[in-house]
Amino acid sequence: MPQLKPVDVVIAGGGFVGLTLAKEITARTSLNVVVLERGQPHKPGDYSSGMDELDYSRRYRMMQNLSEETSTHRHSVRDQAVPIRQYGSFNPGTGVGGAGEHWAGISYRFYPENFTLGTFLGEKYGSRLPANLAVQDWGFRYDELEPYYWRAEQLIGVGGRAGNLQGTKVDGGNVFEGPRSHEYPNPPHKQTYSTTMFEKAARELGYHPYPVPTATLSQNYTNPDGITRSGCAYCGYCVRYGCMIGAKAQPTNILLPVLQQRKNFVIKTGCSVRRVVHRDGKAEGLTYIDASGTETFQPASIVIVASWSLNNVRLLLLSKAGQPYDPATGMGTIGKNLTHQVSQATRVFFDKPLNAFMGAGGLGIGISDFDGQEGLDKFPGVFRGGNIRLMSTGEGPIASFGIIPPGEVKSDWGSEWKKAALTWHDRAAAVNSEAEHLAYRQNYLDLDPTYTDKYGDPLLRLTLDWTDHERAQGKMLTTVQAAIGRAMNARVGNANSNLLERYTVTQYQSTHVNGGVIMGSSPDTSALNSWMQHWQIPNLWVMGGSAFPQNGSGNPTLTILATTLRAADALVDRYLKNPGRLV
Amino acid sequence: MKRREFITLPAKTVAGLLVFTVGDRLRVHAQTGKVAVPLRFFTAAEARVVEAACERIFPSDESGPGAKEAGVVIFIDRQLAGPYGRDKYRYTRPPFVASMAEHGYQGKETPREVYRSGVRGLGNFADLAPAERDQRLRSIETTTFFRLLRDHTVEGMFSDPMHGGNADLVGWQMIGYPGPLMSYRNDIDKSFGEAWRRKPVSLEQMLKRPVKGWEEEKD
Repeated sequence: MPQLKPVDVVIAGGGFVGLTLAKEITARTSLNVVVLERGQPHKPGDYSSGMDELDYSRRYRMMQNLSEETSTHRHSVRDQAVPIRQYGSFNPGTGVGGAGEHWAGISYRFYPENFTLGTFLGEKYGSRLPANLAVQDWGFRYDELEPYYWRAEQLIGVGGRAGNLQGTKVDGGNVFEGPRSHEYPNPPHKQTYSTTMFEKAARELGYHPYPVPTATLSQNYTNPDGITRSGCAYCGYCVRYGCMIGAKAQPTNILLPVLQQRKNFVIKTGCSVRRVVHRDGKAEGLTYIDASGTETFQPASIVIVASWSLNNVRLLLLSKAGQPYDPATGMGTIGKNLTHQVSQATRVFFDKPLNAFMGAGGLGIGISDFDGQEGLDKFPGVFRGGNIRLMSTGEGPIASFGIIPPGEVKSDWGSEWKKAALTWHDRAAAVNSEAEHLAYRQNYLDLDPTYTDKYGDPLLRLTLDWTDHERAQGKMLTTVQAAIGRAMNARVGNANSNLLERYTVTQYQSTHVNGGVIMGSSPDTSALNSWMQHWQIPNLWVMGGSAFPQNGSGNPTLTILATTLRAADALVDRYLKNPGRLV
Repeated sequence: MKRREFITLPAKTVAGLLVFTVGDRLRVHAQTGKVAVPLRFFTAAEARVVEAACERIFPSDESGPGAKEAGVVIFIDRQLAGPYGRDKYRYTRPPFVASMAEHGYQGKETPREVYRSGVRGLGNFADLAPAERDQRLRSIETTTFFRLLRDHTVEGMFSDPMHGGNADLVGWQMIGYPGPLMSYRNDIDKSFGEAWRRKPVSLEQMLKRPVKGWEEEKD
């Protein structure tokens, strides 16, 4: 295998995490950094050609090519896993910028107790918790992350309204959030007819509505790196699309322009990383297959794995970098604590048009009165909640056609159906929720014994199913969703509660699939320390949502960025001065 | 070389479409006002069956135009001829195992293969009366083929005309969709409860430069 000249730092993955690290390291050191990205460059200037629902939203043109590599799924260790053959419950991206190019931009912070959730739930509920719960602490506290949350919010330009400024509750923001050192860098978005109705109804019911925090800029903004982006135009081509005017924070519009000025930065596209090469507790570099099909070894002093969460876990398992998790014994760490998010929605129908084709990925109003630890008293058996919100993300004409209140028509085709679909067109919205998904011993990741990728390497296997806790969370949230719907004087349709009967790979839930290479305070229970440094291989760092011990209710990207910035500080300020284990 | 097959449509229904078939050989019959659109995947006989079935799924009736006016059959023909039709981006490695509904379509057959056998199964469909056509479609309603056909019909009605359907933007006009406009910055927080309407434009009209769908991707 050809071997390249050694570099200081090699990073697998050119998305938000990899490029943020590259930016931090190249800004503050003279180390040379090479990023290996398996996809192709995205030219943000070309995104206007992608304002096409069919190719981008229905056919997933920006997503990872599943014909080359996917994951398999089974509900329990007793079942046979089958491949996720086409897109459904989550959408990993591909190319420079990764999923950070086609995300929605929603930028919540997690709650303070999320970071010490094992301790928090244990103290609060003790033996009432499910026996197989695997919830753990992250190894640091919210207060330590707060400055990095603030840096991340400035980096991407989050717009919103603070609900807790240095401990003072502020009406109009999320009053249940942890204390913020600063107001958001930008104001909230303009609101739509449907989100305005949601806000009014939620307030009438005594809840605490707030504008959903978003990185789809509400106004022109220059970040601390001097990158200027224009405010959102509400075109609605946002989720599953790249932003054609750069209003949505994307790695290609906030990180690449800075990195391209740096002489000590190189990004190589079309390079599929195969293995982390390591020996005797030291990572030696990465092997990859380049665009011409040649397998190459890139030696490096520091190796950082920073691809999408499931891909990180798979690379660690393929590289035998750590002990694989065994759900029978609870031993081993790589693959444990797989979590997704509990996604629930209730359709609401209005008697007036909504102009729902206008919107932005992060435009919406939410409440958190049943989120985190709030509002759970009346719902026994629910230990953590979720947000409830109405979003105007921009409805495409294909996906939005044929949403009809239940009972109106028997069929989904033919003359009668067409007439009803036209009558109800642009009258439907959804009150939706994402709730925390707790970690359980039985939900984990390993290598599939049967199915392989295009190189013949085993696919990653998800063993994942819902429990009574998620169903109880769902029942709580859909009950409130319907109540808000009625308070909006809307006709309330069905909730998608059947989603939680058995995990399905067919319906989109979120791309927030986390865990598998988790951080924590002990090498017995986590793969990484709280700086996302590998416990056994100290010059190997594994960053991203894969490091979350369990999922929060908010969209995780902001927390991924904040933990990445925190780790970058530790790497530059501490590790480089004294290479070795930070703990 | 395979003989090229055509579907003949009234020229006015494909007025918007002609723009997007540059490079394809068109036979326009001056006297009848009909145009022959070259097919990329279907035979002429298959196209007639698919067109007839789409017409029952999304009929032209008193509530507005349907699949026939939109050229949905041309949309489907191009989708099947392109990367989607041959499963270029679906995971198609064996073994193929029957599983539960939660695991989605696990079959080996590509959309092309599903259509080929599904259309064959419809037999003399194009010769049936409307009520008989509906009855025939009801009898296959839960098949993979019908679910694809139904979803593709809606896609062909409401996708950008560069893909071959939604001819003359008939679908978008019917639902009041203005097309992919660049900005609603001055409109999004106004006209609450009232329909915001503009004459629709296609992506190509909006950008004022040619755009190609994924179906044009070469293997």
